[in-house]
Amino acid sequence: MKAFTYQRANTTAHAAAATAKPGAKIIAGGTNLLDLMKLQVETPSQLIDINHLPLDKVEETSEGGLRIGALVRNSDLAADPRVRQRYGVLSRALLAGASAQLRNKATTGGNLLQRTRCYYFYDITKPCNKRSPGSGCAALEGFNRIHAILGTSEQCIATHPSDMAVAMRALDANVETVDRQGDTRAIPIAEFHRLPGNTPEIETSLKPGEIITAVTLPPPPPGVQVYRKVRDRASYAFALVSVAAIVDSARGRIRSARLAFGGLALKPWRSPQAEQQLVDAAPDTSTFNAAANALLEGARGFGDNDFKIPLVRRTLHSVLAETTGA
Amino acid sequence: MDEQESDPELDKIEVTRRTVIETGTTALLLTALPHAALAAGSVEDKEPPPPPVTIGLRINGQLHSLTLDPRTTVLDALREHLELTGSKKGCDHGQCGACTVLIEGRRVNSCLTLAVMHDGQSITTIEGLADGETLHPVQTAFVEHDGFQCGYCTSGQICSAIGMLAESRQGMPSYVTQDLMRAAADLTDVEIRERMSGNICRCAAYPNIVAAIKQVAGMPT
Repeated sequence: MKAFTYQRANTTAHAAAATAKPGAKIIAGGTNLLDLMKLQVETPSQLIDINHLPLDKVEETSEGGLRIGALVRNSDLAADPRVRQRYGVLSRALLAGASAQLRNKATTGGNLLQRTRCYYFYDITKPCNKRSPGSGCAALEGFNRIHAILGTSEQCIATHPSDMAVAMRALDANVETVDRQGDTRAIPIAEFHRLPGNTPEIETSLKPGEIITAVTLPPPPPGVQVYRKVRDRASYAFALVSVAAIVDSARGRIRSARLAFGGLALKPWRSPQAEQQLVDAAPDTSTFNAAANALLEGARGFGDNDFKIPLVRRTLHSVLAETTGA
Repeated sequence: MDEQESDPELDKIEVTRRTVIETGTTALLLTALPHAALAAGSVEDKEPPPPPVTIGLRINGQLHSLTLDPRTTVLDALREHLELTGSKKGCDHGQCGACTVLIEGRRVNSCLTLAVMHDGQSITTIEGLADGETLHPVQTAFVEHDGFQCGYCTSGQICSAIGMLAESRQGMPSYVTQDLMRAAADLTDVEIRERMSGNICRCAAYPNIVAAIKQVAGMPT
């Protein structure tokens, strides 16, 4: 691990100002950052510990939603009675992620900012445009079983590893931030994570000196909520494919559907075209096929991950059948 | 950052109890390294160490003042600075659970958190579970059910099980809990296996580990 100076932030403004400096990094749970620092994938010269900031509450909003502080631990959020009752898809997604020990440390803000688990990003002896811009992408011609099939570029085919963020994407969450001037903004989660394009090293729409303070959830949409995760072992593994679904149906008709996918792209993926195929349609195989076709338009495998295309199709069928009772 | 002068306190070679006891070449080499190098992890780092930080940790009920390289994880603080070697370093990346300890009563991977982040907090390790000669009920159950073979993962398994039983009593659901709205799920085999999935056992003593935990949870075994 490279040497760094350690500083504790006493105020959110102090933390935001401190992160504007080159080489400075925020540490919250630290479960991903310290892992990467041990491997020298991350080499901050200064760590700003924000664990003492008052960002650890889950509160009701006046609109009937929830405001989740950036430092709320994944385990506490999953167990919150309001989340369990009204946002079951989020509770399930959180519980599907990592292990209990890691969930006890991992925070809401840190979960959104965790880095890809692409093997070549983690291996500093290999080219990686995300870690070292311009060096190339070893995954394109390498072992790419866990990699993306949607929204890829010639520069990067990594995936975003979060389960929590997939559920938040289905729930249309907003990411609240503050910058060093004290200005706040709410970033729709759809715009928070970026696709790789030609700049895979830029992963989010956060600016230097801007930090996450909370995630807000709108009131829960109507419908059945399901989080389905498909992985190589039954527990404690990243998703090959995951689906967060909120589907409202009655009397043989789907009224509305929200579908977010993990394991497919460098951000939690939503397809308005796929959701559109479901609205006002009967919950049957031909409808589910139409939605899967719309979702997978433009999907591309890179060899080892070709299996994800039929896998996401079958997983979507299964989830839609479960949520509609078909 | 400013270039820091090497701290002679950190660089001095210490002869510890373990140096004397252990005779293996690797063990001698490791204990002869300065603490800063141990804190640095597996990748060599020839830069001067950063300025040390002094913190207080209450470990197994006893207050310790420690002056550490800020890179020192809780695990390295326990093993290399306090000679509490019951917590094991398996993968050192949060994947195996052998380093699990209880911080402020919650189970965490001690390899993935810095000691300086826990200034003033309480840590319970495997060494702090027994009451004199009386083992903790989870320790007793592991012995009764033969919940280990080589024993390397055992201290992590036991600390994790204690944290898990507390979570369960507080109503924490798991990924396999059918009804999220039930106050507390029964600790069935499936529930225990899911809740303990952060602890890997290379000897595959899992059936006996599950049986031990079920006994402590008051479930029929």
